[in-house]
Amino acid sequence: MADRMTPIPQQRPPAQTQAAVPGVSQGPTGPEEELPLAARLAGFSVERRSCVKYCAGLTAMLALPTTLTRRVAATLDAQTKPSLVWFEFQDCAGDTESLLRARNPALASLILDLVSVDYQETIMSGAGHQAEDALAAALRADGYLLVVEGSVPRGARGAYCCVGGRSAIDHLQKAASGAAAIINVGTCSAFGGLPAAKPNPTDAVAVSDVVSGVPIVNLPGCPVNVDNLTATLVHFLTFGALPARDELGRPLFAYGDRIHDNCPRRGHFDAGQFAVEWGDEGHREGWCLYRLGCKGPSSYHNCPSIQWNGSTNWPIGAGHGCVGCAEPAFWDTMTPFYDRLPHVAGFGVNATAEKIGLTVVAVTAAGFALHGVGKAIQRRVGQRGDGSGPGDGTGPPGVITLPDQATPSSPSLPGRGRT
Amino acid sequence: MSRIVIDPVTRIEGHLRVEAQLDGGKVAKAWSSTTMWRGLEKILVGRDPRDAWYFAQRICGVCTTVHALASVRAVEAALEITPPLNARLLRDLISASQYVHDHVVHFYHLHALDWVDVTGALKADPKRTAALAQSLSDYPQSSATHFSAVRKRLQAFVQGGRLGPFSGGYWGHPAMTLPPEVDLLAVSHYLDALEFQRDYARAHAILGGKSPHPQTYLVGGMASPIDLNSEDAINASTFQALRELFQKGLDFVQQAYLPDLLAIAKAYPEWTKIGGGLDSYLAFGDMARDPVPPGQLAGGGVLPSGVIRNGGSHVEPVDPALIAEDVARAWFTYPQGDATALSPFDGETNPHYTGPDPPYEYLDVDSKYSWLKAPRYDGLAVEVGPLARMVIGYTQGDRRIRPLVAGALRELGATPAVLPSVLGRTLSRGLETLLMARYTLELLDALEANVRGGDLSIFAGGKWDPSSWPAHAQGAGFVEAPRGGLSHWIVISDQRIENYQAVVPSTWNASPRDGDGNPGAYEAALVGTPVADPERPLEVLRVLHSFDPCMACAAHLLDANGRPLAQVRVQ
Repeated sequence: MADRMTPIPQQRPPAQTQAAVPGVSQGPTGPEEELPLAARLAGFSVERRSCVKYCAGLTAMLALPTTLTRRVAATLDAQTKPSLVWFEFQDCAGDTESLLRARNPALASLILDLVSVDYQETIMSGAGHQAEDALAAALRADGYLLVVEGSVPRGARGAYCCVGGRSAIDHLQKAASGAAAIINVGTCSAFGGLPAAKPNPTDAVAVSDVVSGVPIVNLPGCPVNVDNLTATLVHFLTFGALPARDELGRPLFAYGDRIHDNCPRRGHFDAGQFAVEWGDEGHREGWCLYRLGCKGPSSYHNCPSIQWNGSTNWPIGAGHGCVGCAEPAFWDTMTPFYDRLPHVAGFGVNATAEKIGLTVVAVTAAGFALHGVGKAIQRRVGQRGDGSGPGDGTGPPGVITLPDQATPSSPSLPGRGRT
Repeated sequence: MSRIVIDPVTRIEGHLRVEAQLDGGKVAKAWSSTTMWRGLEKILVGRDPRDAWYFAQRICGVCTTVHALASVRAVEAALEITPPLNARLLRDLISASQYVHDHVVHFYHLHALDWVDVTGALKADPKRTAALAQSLSDYPQSSATHFSAVRKRLQAFVQGGRLGPFSGGYWGHPAMTLPPEVDLLAVSHYLDALEFQRDYARAHAILGGKSPHPQTYLVGGMASPIDLNSEDAINASTFQALRELFQKGLDFVQQAYLPDLLAIAKAYPEWTKIGGGLDSYLAFGDMARDPVPPGQLAGGGVLPSGVIRNGGSHVEPVDPALIAEDVARAWFTYPQGDATALSPFDGETNPHYTGPDPPYEYLDVDSKYSWLKAPRYDGLAVEVGPLARMVIGYTQGDRRIRPLVAGALRELGATPAVLPSVLGRTLSRGLETLLMARYTLELLDALEANVRGGDLSIFAGGKWDPSSWPAHAQGAGFVEAPRGGLSHWIVISDQRIENYQAVVPSTWNASPRDGDGNPGAYEAALVGTPVADPERPLEVLRVLHSFDPCMACAAHLLDANGRPLAQVRVQ
């Protein structure tokens, strides 16, 4: 997929040493007063070995050469804690809950050792004036990392989301001016998300719609996968810059590959083996969920490789199709969720195979591959010719001619466009 | 008289603001406001009802399963679909484990810092802490070496001078009176609970692909296939993994959560006399083993159902037709008049912000002051949630709840009269966590037995295709969520959502005054709360946190577009 990417250059060249890391607050205490990461981890039941293992895992996840593992470890060792300010605006706290599930490192290590979480309303002790004071103190020192969860409403002169009597836009714009970088967690802050779904009653927008001049990385997902957040944080700590991103601001290490291309069920797709009804034999045998509405063919996310909750599982692994939750406007373009591509709203009822990729691009403005699902499917259909294959045993293997409107849906399938 | 403002109220979900008038060192009046609105009900109109659960689930990422469940139940009630037994068991399994996760996180990470002085823990003697811990339970990490390591880590953290989320805490506050050893024990378990909840959440990933927001609900069933002979379905090893997690959950609740809760409660006896509030309670009930017929609530479930008015000893059955909401003090307007109490069936969503333009210092609390409506039951403001459930269950003589409550009261040397209070609410939450932690294992056994009996069904597909639906249908889904009774209401017209609304636990509890000036549960509970230092109103936070506020839930969806419904089916 490299041809679709135009990586945004890193804002700064990789830092050579910790001292050269710009924009990272040293905090009120000098480095000598804080123990190196390894020592800090070792102080609490994490041994040096697992620290190195953890760094190696991160290095791999970030798609960096393994020779950089030592550097990641060394940087984290020398690192003093940068300040982190986390805003919640029009959110459901799902991304905060995802943060609670942090595993590499665990949240306790994250907040005690790696960064100084100076403002995070869900976990911080102080409220009201004490919270406002904590925020003001954090913002006084430039170079903090600003994490944003939730969209920003422009309607009602900002009154749709206020904290401490100030609007979300006001908070965001003031805080952005001193931030080293903004990390948008979840689809809402990255792209507007659910509040911005049609008809967008509060005029909700993404952070990048109201802030400029600060490096921004988008970590969409509903919610964000916390492993992508911690990897992004570590990248920033290591190199003093955000990871390379696609034109939607998403880091390539996490959003560079299409779910469909890395899906463990891909073999079943290629073999024409589809689950047709929830609980049928194909569903139980782990066959492809395309006919039950899976949007993996038009979604970019590293779900198949890193999965969720410590690689425990992921939606497709649990039998439900992908809904494309890391894509912009997926609430409008990927619905109805149980309709097959290309029958969903974003594609138009009469879209044909050739049009799918282009339609998606038109809908989301950018970010989907021109070599999208349509052509990929078309190619496979063409190769298969008569569509014969193992089939699913429920009818003619016309299932392969997925995008063909001429093929009637089975009565048990959604198969209906939005009218 | 002085006015204090707490905004943001932290260690909750969402955006809550409280203004309070102090008189003689106590709260004389209080106003609860939520300051965020998204308008999801408008977003849902016109969409496929089968998608609604996925949208509604995003009402809240903390209550990450309950809105999905209420949504599919509403659609199923409208279309008269009964999901198969396996699907119902899977749903209850997710719900019951959600209780355990949610309540543990609330106790340790949202509420404990109201009682526990983190810096006080530095003064604790690890040996004495170990002796205390070992006297309370068999919790494994209870050695002096362990507590010494925790104290050392904490010391390094505090000496680093950067307290992060613990800066601005109420350390050294005169209302913090725990012995240092209890402080250290609680801080140690705060850290352990972070790991516990992270691991426990894997149960939802196993069953639903990820946590938060498991992706597994379907109108008519659940999307996790079951097949003991498949690697790609819920199978024998799934049962084994879940059993281990649920056993760990039960162990943690029995060995850490409840002993810690009781140790803290014993040190703060005055908080059994503060924060009682309305003394009227509502619970819809949930987790009945048999399918609930349309038109009925889940009476007879593991979670009780009923209404208690004004501290009475009589539990009456719930009649959903008696639920109504007004917008006299909410930033919405009704053409019929804002003080008109409308049934949720007849409600309207007309946002009408009349508050001050931000930035502002105070809200105009004599006018409209919140993005929440005021739901009332037969005109009565009621409390929902753990306290409501435990009081109703205890009063009914529920076979699981009554002995639990009685045992805890005996341990505290207290009578049921202490239940309507801050500690009573917090205790109720702990007790029902034990109830749910036990029930996860029962449910798992029931599911496994049913599957081993050959039933693999997870989905009732007869009405999956919208062409099989009537032109017009409507229904309501009721869930007893961790924070209280939850209901979603849907009107389906020509295969699309014509109307969607939810009446949510925190809307009941955090509601503003109604047209008659009657306060909501938070507002009532705050009256009389002592405030030693108006600059650091820790006591107010204790009252609010005892409810476990969830404001994104509360403010999410307000009503539909005014189509009267003659009847609603209830599932």
